Amino acid sequence: MHIATFTERPYGPVPEEEVIRNASFFGVSNRFLDPVKAGALFNRYLDEKLYAEELGFDGVMLNEHHANPFTLGAVMDVEAAILARITRRVKISLMGNPLPVADPLRLAEELAIIDMISGGRLVTGWVRGAGCEQIANNINPTYNRERFDEAHDFILQAWTRDGPWRYEGKHYEYRHVNPWAKPIQKPFPQTWIPSLVSPETAVFAARNRYSYMALATFLPPTMEMWNLYADTAAEEGFQAGPECFGYLQKVVCADTEEEAHELGKNYVYGGGQPAFARPEWMFPAGYNSKAATKRLAYALSDPETNEAVVSGKQAGSGVDVTETRRYNNEVLYENLLRNGQIIAGTPDTVLPKIRHILERLRPGIFSIWHIEGGSTTQEQSMRSMKLLADHVLPQMREWARELDLPAPDEVRPGSRKLPPSGQRDPVCDPGARAA
Amino acid sequence: MAKSDCKQKTIAAAGAELSYLKAGKGKPVLVLHEELGNPGWLAWQRQLAETRKVIVPLHPGFGVSPRIDWIRSVGDLANYYAQVMLEQDWVGADVIGFSFGGWIAAEMAAQNPGQFASLTLVAPMGIKPPQGVIRDLFEAPVEQYLAASVKDPASSEEFTSLFGGAMTPEQFEHFQDATAEAARLAWQPYMNNPALYYRLGLARDLPTLMLWGKDDAIVPVSAASLYQDAIRDAKLVLFKDCGHRPEIEQTGKFLKKLANHLS
Repeated sequence: MHIATFTERPYGPVPEEEVIRNASFFGVSNRFLDPVKAGALFNRYLDEKLYAEELGFDGVMLNEHHANPFTLGAVMDVEAAILARITRRVKISLMGNPLPVADPLRLAEELAIIDMISGGRLVTGWVRGAGCEQIANNINPTYNRERFDEAHDFILQAWTRDGPWRYEGKHYEYRHVNPWAKPIQKPFPQTWIPSLVSPETAVFAARNRYSYMALATFLPPTMEMWNLYADTAAEEGFQAGPECFGYLQKVVCADTEEEAHELGKNYVYGGGQPAFARPEWMFPAGYNSKAATKRLAYALSDPETNEAVVSGKQAGSGVDVTETRRYNNEVLYENLLRNGQIIAGTPDTVLPKIRHILERLRPGIFSIWHIEGGSTTQEQSMRSMKLLADHVLPQMREWARELDLPAPDEVRPGSRKLPPSGQRDPVCDPGARAA
Repeated sequence: MAKSDCKQKTIAAAGAELSYLKAGKGKPVLVLHEELGNPGWLAWQRQLAETRKVIVPLHPGFGVSPRIDWIRSVGDLANYYAQVMLEQDWVGADVIGFSFGGWIAAEMAAQNPGQFASLTLVAPMGIKPPQGVIRDLFEAPVEQYLAASVKDPASSEEFTSLFGGAMTPEQFEHFQDATAEAARLAWQPYMNNPALYYRLGLARDLPTLMLWGKDDAIVPVSAASLYQDAIRDAKLVLFKDCGHRPEIEQTGKFLKKLANHLS
């Protein structure tokens, strides 16, 4: 099993009342950004990633969000490049580069350079980018999926074709492609595809023999996507195994339960994930397929009155955004603890909950979504990481051996043969008992 | 069914499928609808259909007529409609365009003014206003855009009947379709074509009327001065205490000015 640590790397000091007044992190004016503080935060976050390597984590994971104090890392390749130099052993996973928003040739160069400097430790991840990423970069949401597909194909070619060669596509055109930047990993870096609950993404990942990284989604829809992946894998002629699946889960540890919850409550600062961006920014017109738009229209309507409550529910979280806008962090935190979205406690209370996930989902990649926002101090954060490293990770590794959950480095995704019957084996275990 | 009630037709047109509303008899008036899709069969259209044949194409990709992939700009759409006009024998019609539809009409006039007897533009997009900005359809929920599109939503019965009350899922879907296609065609530069001002030189002899609410919060009225520059003899009628929809907010005056102008 590959065990990574991930954080959003937020601008913690963003005033909470501004986020609440705006009903979302996205859109809060950047006049509240103090570059000196932000610079210090970037350095602290890099130090914490180094510490993670020291403690024995297998990987450090980054993400990217634009125009949003929720994540300072708007151009995560910059941080990744620094990590490529200052770390020695861990994988650097990028979850993910929003392809439609990028210049794909430039991105091919950046990622190749990161892989070269790191000695071949890059894990790439391709995403469409949330709706607000399109708005923050002025990218036409209607062409999001086309740009994603075209950029993906182009980048793989840019990494593998001898140049100079010429490319003229629908959305991108490069008449001289000859980058003196190629990844060390052949044919290209290990790739994990981060996703929420998009069936197209599960199919895409399986067809390309990429691992599928579920971003903290509830277990039942996660298993649905993994089964879809496994079915597609079978069509492609391979058996999906744990190496094909990753799971991101919020986990924090402390010496006492009280301290753990004090730390965990920082996940809901400003309203937390549900307050990331308002629905109209998450789903600009044209971003969703027609079928998804139809689902959204009805998912967002009150079944009693058929009235569309557009700002109502955040799909998949079971948490009502209007509830969070009435601002009750206590309620939100309790909800997220109850539904398993946050695991917070001493190692003793944390471990059974992780075991439950491992038994049901059987992932070969487990990424601990750690906390840095709100009033989290570096001391709290590092203490949590130490407790995890000393008391949680070793048990997880034992369980991974017991349950046979290899990482992509141990078994290459796409390399398992289907059973002789031709019917694929199950990939998750919905019957496992609740913790 | 009264002759001024409309029927929806679907035809094979210029290699694609196109639906349109039509009512009335007589010389054709081509009506090009706005960015949120066709709002419905409006009172002013019902009145005009007493004396003219009113044709309202439902723009490809806006939720009824299927999207046409080769059309990637308003200029492309203008050319498509010119082909349809030829095929359907609508050449010589008067054209009236609203907002985004006004931009389409202007592009058509700039490409081939001879296809129209006259041009009427109601608060058209297409030329970047020298003061203010064209409101961003994507920065806020569509309810807010709609509310901003008339000066006083409460005082217009027709507006309330079209857009008042809670939005249904069907309406939500409809607006998503329309704004998605508007995005596809006009994302950047936003709702304007920098060359249109210059291309309209070709339309110098086309009788042109512009109708604009002084308090338009969607397309600032400052753009009218550039349109007037571009089409030298264009007439401009301003509506006081009026927003982006003079045809709904002040229907009587709107129809009067329009009637004087139509051929």
